[in-house]
Amino acid sequence: MKILVCISKTPDTTAKIAFTDNNTKFDTAGVQWIINPYDEWYALVRAIELKEKDPATVIHLITVGGADAEPVIRKALALGGDEAIRVNADSQDSFYIASQIAAVAKEGGYDLIFTGKETIDYNGSAIGGMVAELLDMPFISLAAKLELNGTAATLTREIEGGEEVNEVSLPIVVSAQKGMAEQRIPNMRGIMAARTKPLKVVEPAAVDALTSVTSFGLPPAKAGVKLVPADNVEELVRLLHEEAKAI
Amino acid sequence: MSVLIFVDTAEGQAKKSSLEALSYGAKIAEQTGTAAEAVVLGAASEDLAALGRFGVKKVHHVTADVFNNFDAQLYTKAIAELATASGADVIVLSHNLNGKAIAPRLSARLKAGLVPGAVSLPETGGAFTVRKNVFSGKAFANVTVNTPIKIVSLNPNAYPVTETGGTAEVVAATVQANEARVKVASVNRASGEVPLTEAEVVVSGGRGLKGPEHWGIVEDLAKVLHAATACSRPVADAHWRPHNEHVGQTGFAIAPNLYIAIGISGAIQHLAGVNRSKVIVVINKDPEAPFFKAADYGIVGDAFEVVPKLTEAIRKLKGVS
Ligand SMILES: Cc1cc2nc3c(=O)[nH]c(=O)nc-3n(C[C@H](O)[C@H](O)[C@H](O)COP(=O)(O)OP(=O)(O)OC[C@H]3O[C@@H](n4cnc5c(N)ncnc54)[C@H](O)[C@@H]3O)c2cc1C
Ligand SMILES: Nc1ncnc2c1ncn2[C@@H]1O[C@H](COP(=O)(O)O)[C@@H](O)[C@H]1O
Repeated sequence: MKILVCISKTPDTTAKIAFTDNNTKFDTAGVQWIINPYDEWYALVRAIELKEKDPATVIHLITVGGADAEPVIRKALALGGDEAIRVNADSQDSFYIASQIAAVAKEGGYDLIFTGKETIDYNGSAIGGMVAELLDMPFISLAAKLELNGTAATLTREIEGGEEVNEVSLPIVVSAQKGMAEQRIPNMRGIMAARTKPLKVVEPAAVDALTSVTSFGLPPAKAGVKLVPADNVEELVRLLHEEAKAI
Repeated sequence: MSVLIFVDTAEGQAKKSSLEALSYGAKIAEQTGTAAEAVVLGAASEDLAALGRFGVKKVHHVTADVFNNFDAQLYTKAIAELATASGADVIVLSHNLNGKAIAPRLSARLKAGLVPGAVSLPETGGAFTVRKNVFSGKAFANVTVNTPIKIVSLNPNAYPVTETGGTAEVVAATVQANEARVKVASVNRASGEVPLTEAEVVVSGGRGLKGPEHWGIVEDLAKVLHAATACSRPVADAHWRPHNEHVGQTGFAIAPNLYIAIGISGAIQHLAGVNRSKVIVVINKDPEAPFFKAADYGIVGDAFEVVPKLTEAIRKLKGVS
């Protein structure tokens, strides 16, 4: 069994969001970078669990990014995984990134390719599906459970107001979300081991991006809260009905 | 040239998020002087000609049995084939759970740029530019699509369902379809409940409610409002509530008309999932709770006293006993 886990770096969840260069670039000054939580907590940890069950499993991590992505991918290696691949490119749009991942995956012959549900900075939920299409593989999106039995996989995916159980043969692409695994903290042994695990740098395939971000902006601030006394809920109901027209 | 809209169904009925996509796609067609057409895959239990009331002129209906279950790959091939046949240059889907599986596949298949999770109509004068939320709702980006075919998946609750009147011509369509590679072994949909991501009103509870046994007051309020229920992450982690109620940075991102937060402090990761709600009401006993800064209305008070009274007052307003 060979697993590829797609790892992206994102600003820490509490990072201040601001833009520079006339609102065309994210202001990275003072930003702490973390592994995108969905990639770390759900995709990577589930891959590690599968390896714990079947030690013959090989886990590769991949990130598309510049040298500044290395601390994050090392941190991911500290949690688990055998080696990492960095495609040396500044990530542009989703299709560009997906094409890079697909190019590496084509060579690697993976049975299972994991992405997170979405990045918490671009919120695309797009890359997994694109990789699947480029590799002509089934894509199980927003999966909360995954069990393997030989080359057969059983997955639970979210649907509106419930869930659906899917059965499919490997190879597949899966986007992982909550439920797939529980968050883990890397231990000292893992951190030490990660220092010597191979991190291969490969040059990007020639691909054109299909989209570009022309500018960023911040949503207008709220006008401020209107407080209603606790003993006058009728006033809140009136405001919601007449002023906000929300009920 | 036309706009093609994928209509996602559940048990043969178009989802509300798809009615939004239809309304949105029809508006783009109007804006660009082209026609809007829809595609429905699998059995339909509703009158498809009536989808014309949202402004589409034609509905391509593919009835092959293989489409009665969802397989993103087959759906993608079918939509791509119909899009090519009808010469569509804009394809619209909802950024709902199935849309998130199909839209990126379509984008890669057609080499057509995708804006995932659009929140505005496109600017179509020169470049085709659409706004989407980024940084989990803390900012937005204007994304330009640089390819001849453009794909937009519309965030649920970002565009109103708009009826303009009219009837659509329903055309039986056939597409090449292989066997599904994904077998749907079972579907488990909680009936009668309002799905969280489609709900117009959401009532949500946090650790301030102290334990699962106290959720009755949340459910009662949700019931009078015909609302879905949600919760903060620690509540789901402690198994007080099911995981599919967890909203926030690592749970669901929702954008209802009204979000009522009860006993939730308003951590930045929680806000990331709910800050696109149109109106936010916060009930918290701590006047310093950060959530009040993100709220439109608030009550500083004990949830166990305030919430039952609120339920009662709304019941009176709605005239239900
Ligand atoms: C990477 C990361 C991702 C995260 N993702 C999420 C996420 O997706 N969603 C999420 O929710 N959290 C998330 N969190 C956790 C988040 O930081 C907070 O810890 C969490 O939201 C707090 O939940 P809470 O408001 O229910 O509990 P608390 O912070 O404990 O707040 C309870 C509130 O209840 C009030 N209260 C107590 N008693 C009463 C009463 N009787 N009546 C009224 N009010 C009362 C208190 O004043 C307090 O404000 C994440 C954290 C990290 C680090
Ligand atoms: N630069 C990247 N390198 C590797 N994987 C990525 C990268 N960006 C995104 N991904 C993966 O794709 C998933 C979905 O990303 P997105 O489509 O941007 O929401 C993430 O959860 C990651 O698993």
